[in-house]
Amino acid sequence: MLDRMISQPILELQNVNKSFGHVQANKNISLKVNKGDIHGIIGENGAGKSTLMSIVYGLYQADSGNIKINDKLIEIRSPHESILRGIGMVHQHFMLVENFTVVENIILGFEGEFVFGEKLNQAKENLTKLCEEYNLKIDLNATISDLSVGFRQRVEILKALYRGAEILILDEPTGVLTPQEVDELFKILRSLKKQGKTIILITHKLNEIMALTNKVTVMRQGEIVGDKNTKDTTKDQLAEMMVGRSVLLRIDKKKPNIGDTVFEVKNINVKDNLDVMRVKNVSFDLRKGEILGIAGVTGNGQTELLEALSGICQVDSGEIKLHGKIISSKKIFAGPRQLREQDVAHVPEDRQRMGLVTEFNASENLIFGYHHQQPFSKSSIMMGKNIFNYSKKIMRDYDVRPQSPFLLTSNFSGGNQQKIILSRELNKDPKVLLVGQPTRGVDIGAIEFIHQRIIDMRDKGAAVLLVSVELDEILSLADRIVVMFDGELVGERVNENVTDREIGLLMAGITN
Amino acid sequence: MVKAVDRTKVPWWVSNAIVPLINLTLAFIVSGLFIFIAGENPYQALKLILYGSFGYLEGFGYTLYYATNFIFTGLAFAIAFHCRLFNIGGEGQAYIGGLGVFLLAFYFSALPVPIVWLLAILASMLFGAAWAIIPGYLQAYRGSHVVITTIMFNFIASALMVFLLVDVIRDRRQMGPTTEALVKEQWLPMFKNIAAFFGFKVGYSPLNISFLLAILASFGVWFLIWRTKWGYEMRAVGHNTQAAIYAGISPKKNIILAMIISGALAGMLGVNEVLGVHHKILVNFPAGYGFTGIAVALMGRNHPIGIFLASLLFGMLYQGGSEVTFDMPNITRYMFVAVQGVIILFSGALENLFRPQIEHFFVNIMKVKVTT
Repeated sequence: MLDRMISQPILELQNVNKSFGHVQANKNISLKVNKGDIHGIIGENGAGKSTLMSIVYGLYQADSGNIKINDKLIEIRSPHESILRGIGMVHQHFMLVENFTVVENIILGFEGEFVFGEKLNQAKENLTKLCEEYNLKIDLNATISDLSVGFRQRVEILKALYRGAEILILDEPTGVLTPQEVDELFKILRSLKKQGKTIILITHKLNEIMALTNKVTVMRQGEIVGDKNTKDTTKDQLAEMMVGRSVLLRIDKKKPNIGDTVFEVKNINVKDNLDVMRVKNVSFDLRKGEILGIAGVTGNGQTELLEALSGICQVDSGEIKLHGKIISSKKIFAGPRQLREQDVAHVPEDRQRMGLVTEFNASENLIFGYHHQQPFSKSSIMMGKNIFNYSKKIMRDYDVRPQSPFLLTSNFSGGNQQKIILSRELNKDPKVLLVGQPTRGVDIGAIEFIHQRIIDMRDKGAAVLLVSVELDEILSLADRIVVMFDGELVGERVNENVTDREIGLLMAGITN
Repeated sequence: MVKAVDRTKVPWWVSNAIVPLINLTLAFIVSGLFIFIAGENPYQALKLILYGSFGYLEGFGYTLYYATNFIFTGLAFAIAFHCRLFNIGGEGQAYIGGLGVFLLAFYFSALPVPIVWLLAILASMLFGAAWAIIPGYLQAYRGSHVVITTIMFNFIASALMVFLLVDVIRDRRQMGPTTEALVKEQWLPMFKNIAAFFGFKVGYSPLNISFLLAILASFGVWFLIWRTKWGYEMRAVGHNTQAAIYAGISPKKNIILAMIISGALAGMLGVNEVLGVHHKILVNFPAGYGFTGIAVALMGRNHPIGIFLASLLFGMLYQGGSEVTFDMPNITRYMFVAVQGVIILFSGALENLFRPQIEHFFVNIMKVKVTT
């Protein structure tokens, strides 16, 4: 508290609110950032950090609330205005023109006169000075496409400084960097702090907060849940605040009746489509009659792991065996259809992006992925009547509302869309069930229903793999828990007397 | 600015009937202005168009003949569009399709005529599909955008056909770049002849039984898109490629399949033109039907029934337009190209210009109805 009184807040937010449709991304946010601080904002993905900073940067407008800079009430309607007020932002995905040089990118939008010349040379001179001042090593005449990710990020930082940024916002800056590049970045940020710049660091990695910041704000579900001086807090405490302690829905379940191994995952590595390694050397077994929970903060490789297991993407090395037969390796690859034929059901993490075709009607989505099987189609002709009757029945069984098979899927609420997917995947009595975020955006009543169904599947002898960022969900459902951090499995616990704190620490990458 | 309307509350008939009708009316008003400026009476012109295209049998025959071509090219565009592919290569695919028809009929003239017809239809589909499969493959496996490649393939088709017509399959007794005519027995039955068979005397129009083929193709496309596994998978890929992959549907295969069917449908235009009307290949016989087909499909909301109605409209414009230019000396043929342009502009490019306002208006009306 003493610190805050002495140093002057350079940026202050008062009761900022922002909603997207029904989702309130920011609820009554009040925040002070002091001059010369490295201020961390930490929280899980979807906690509202990026939205908040986008408001400060002028990409979004707040629904209500005030923004003050140097104690002056201001309005930021566009990034251009925020730049003029000394706010710079380095985005997670860089905003650079690939085939321009470093200088050209930096003066973009501030070129001055119509013809390059004097201005360009002047800019180069200034930039060279800036680079020396902040110890940034960049070849100003290099083309962006020739630069590594770390250097591109430096260009972004230089761009912000050149435009006179006093406050620099970095959104998940280390997500795409190698460990060495991260060290370099930290050095740069520290030297910026020394020169009196203010830095706001958005991240979900606790180690970065501890290593760099002197102030930290924790966000959860659109709200600020904590505001600390970094030296007065611990990783444990931050992890606890970040993950939260909502109402625990414990479910009565019998002891698992564990059988043979169904899935055998051996040393797999998976790359995403940008060629970044997302799953690193992961091995585990999934057995009949158990629920294996994969805990972790979003973006630590769970998505890619699930996609590899369900046949959506191929592993880069290692192998996955189903019932003792390889289904994915460097050479062998069985796609989603082949896996479905072997009774592997998959509830994907993102229902809108992957689980559904929202432009299809409900009945079309209820057979999605099984549409080529009897009785839904016979010799490639869709059996409308069978599909309709099946849809009617399944919508009744799973209480999907409204029970109208011909209604467009986009007209169903999120919870009911989720039920459409679940009913489709569970109704076939699969031997393996891969579930990602089964209750994301689903109301309490439906959560219980969904959890009960998942446990029923286990009791029927299915092998269930549950990926969830909701720690409570993992704790109440899983028989065994593994934690993923930065693409690796960092711990395994039997869910008997494990505490949420223990898992929370593992989720933050603290293994000892 | 009008706020985005909640699309779920808009009744289907507003977006599918009222909006196109209003756009069409606007197009007619603007066209009327052109005609007025040119010094003619727009009302008289409209009367002439309607009479010329629907008022007497021969005129109506012409309207349906034009509509036949539009149905083929419109369906071709629509089926690719259901897989979110913008196939603007209908022109070239139709051109090559016509080549297939001619080659088959010409070189297999020894076969019984009905078999030639059947094989010629298949040849038109095969040649059209072959011309579309390359852009389809490039899109699916190499990521070359289908808009770019299909437009390139239009030029390639055009150059190839000129080469063939000048150097390879030209009728040596003629000066012009056309082929020899097919033997009379192979010509498709004309509407005129069919009417005469039943004892009606009707004057000449190019309408022939290809029109029935077009109707059959419309039904086929409807069935394919909404009643088969292939249509289901193509639509899934078109709407959400990620989800399609998840469901085990191959986007690559479906992109190629959609292009094959699209090209086959465009190719069938060759049946109407080569086997039905000209009985030989003329330079540039597709004459822009491929491009107009895009507007037809967009106006018909990519549904066979809509495409049929839009084809009738454009057939009416083609036929009625030529009547107008004949009767009204101040209006040239090019003037009517402009009128078609205005219609394409309003129902295609500016399709969404008034949509939000109109939908908003009707949503509000419905609200009032509910509350009172």
